[in-house]
Amino acid sequence: MIYLQILLTIFIVFILFKLFLQKQKSQISLMSFLIWVLLWLVVLVVFWLPDSTSYLAAWLGIGRGADLAVYISIVVIFYMIFRIFVRLNKIDENITKLVRDEAIKNVKEK
Amino acid sequence: MNIFVIIPAYNEEKRIGQVLDDLSVFSYRLVVVDDGSTDNTAGVVAAYPKVTLLRHKINRDQGASLQTGNQYALGEQADVIVHFDADGQFLASEIEDMVKPILEEGYDIVFGSRFLSKKSKLPFLKRHIIFPLARLVNRLFLGVKTSDPQSGFRAMTAQTAKSINIEQDGKAHCSEIMAKAFEQKLKIKEVPITVIYNRFGQGMGHGFKILKDILFSKINK
Repeated sequence: MIYLQILLTIFIVFILFKLFLQKQKSQISLMSFLIWVLLWLVVLVVFWLPDSTSYLAAWLGIGRGADLAVYISIVVIFYMIFRIFVRLNKIDENITKLVRDEAIKNVKEK
Repeated sequence: MNIFVIIPAYNEEKRIGQVLDDLSVFSYRLVVVDDGSTDNTAGVVAAYPKVTLLRHKINRDQGASLQTGNQYALGEQADVIVHFDADGQFLASEIEDMVKPILEEGYDIVFGSRFLSKKSKLPFLKRHIIFPLARLVNRLFLGVKTSDPQSGFRAMTAQTAKSINIEQDGKAHCSEIMAKAFEQKLKIKEVPITVIYNRFGQGMGHGFKILKDILFSKINK
C-alpha cells in the first residue's frame, strides 16, 4: 500500500504543479483552480488516511468509507458527462450555424 | 405568389436528376441544399439553370439542411415554403394539394400523410410496428396528434417558417416541427399523399436515434 501511496502522491504533486502553471498563465479561472486543487488534496488525504472517509460515511449512514468515495465519484462522473454532453450539443449547434451561414452567403445563383 | 420548394440532398446523384425534372414542370422556385455530399450531387444540380444550389461544406444532416433552405427562402421573400425529398419518394404533382389549404383556407402548415385514403406502399414492419410506436411517442411526449408521425412532405407559410426554428439537425426534425406547430397552436392540416418506397428508408435503428434525440432535447432545454 505504501508504494501505491507514494506513487499517487508524486502523481498528484505533478498535477498540482501543472494546475499552478495553468493558473499563472491565466489559462484557467481562479474558481476552477481552487476546485481542482481542493479535489486533488481530498484525494491525497483519503489515500493517506483511508479511515477519514469512515467518519463522514458513518455520519451519512453509509457503511464503509470506501463506499462513500465510490458513490461520490459516480455522482461527480455523471455530472461531468452531463456537462460534456451539453457542451458538445452547443458546439454542434455552432458548427451547423457556421455551415449554414456560409452556404447562404455563397449561394450559386445561375 | 412565391412558392419555394426546399430539397435537402445528401449523396443523391442517382435520383435527384429525376426529381428536378419532375419539379421543373411547375413554376416553383427550387432550392437544393447539398448537405456535404461526397458524390456528384452538386454537379447534377448545377445542370439545372433555374435551380438554386446551397452547399453545406460538411454534412449536418436533414434537419439542418431544411433550416438552411428555410432561412434562404425567407431572405428571398418566400410566401410559401415546401419541404420535399431528393430521393423521389414524393410526387411533384401533389405539391399543389399541399399548398392549396394554405392559399385558399388560411392554414399555417400542412403535413403530408401516408395514412389518409391514398394508397402508399408501406413496408409491413413500418405500417404495423414502427409507425404505431412513433405515433405513441409523438402523442405522449410532444402532444402531436397526426395520422403520420414522420412526414417529410410539408408546406408552410413564411410566417410559420419564421416562428418554427428547426433546431434538430438530424431526423428528429419531423417530430420537432410537428411539436412546435402544435405548441404554437398553428392552424394545421393533414393532406393525403402518395409515397413511393425505393428502399426501406429509415429502419428501426434510425427510429431509436430519433427517440434519443427527442429525449435529449428535453433534458437539454
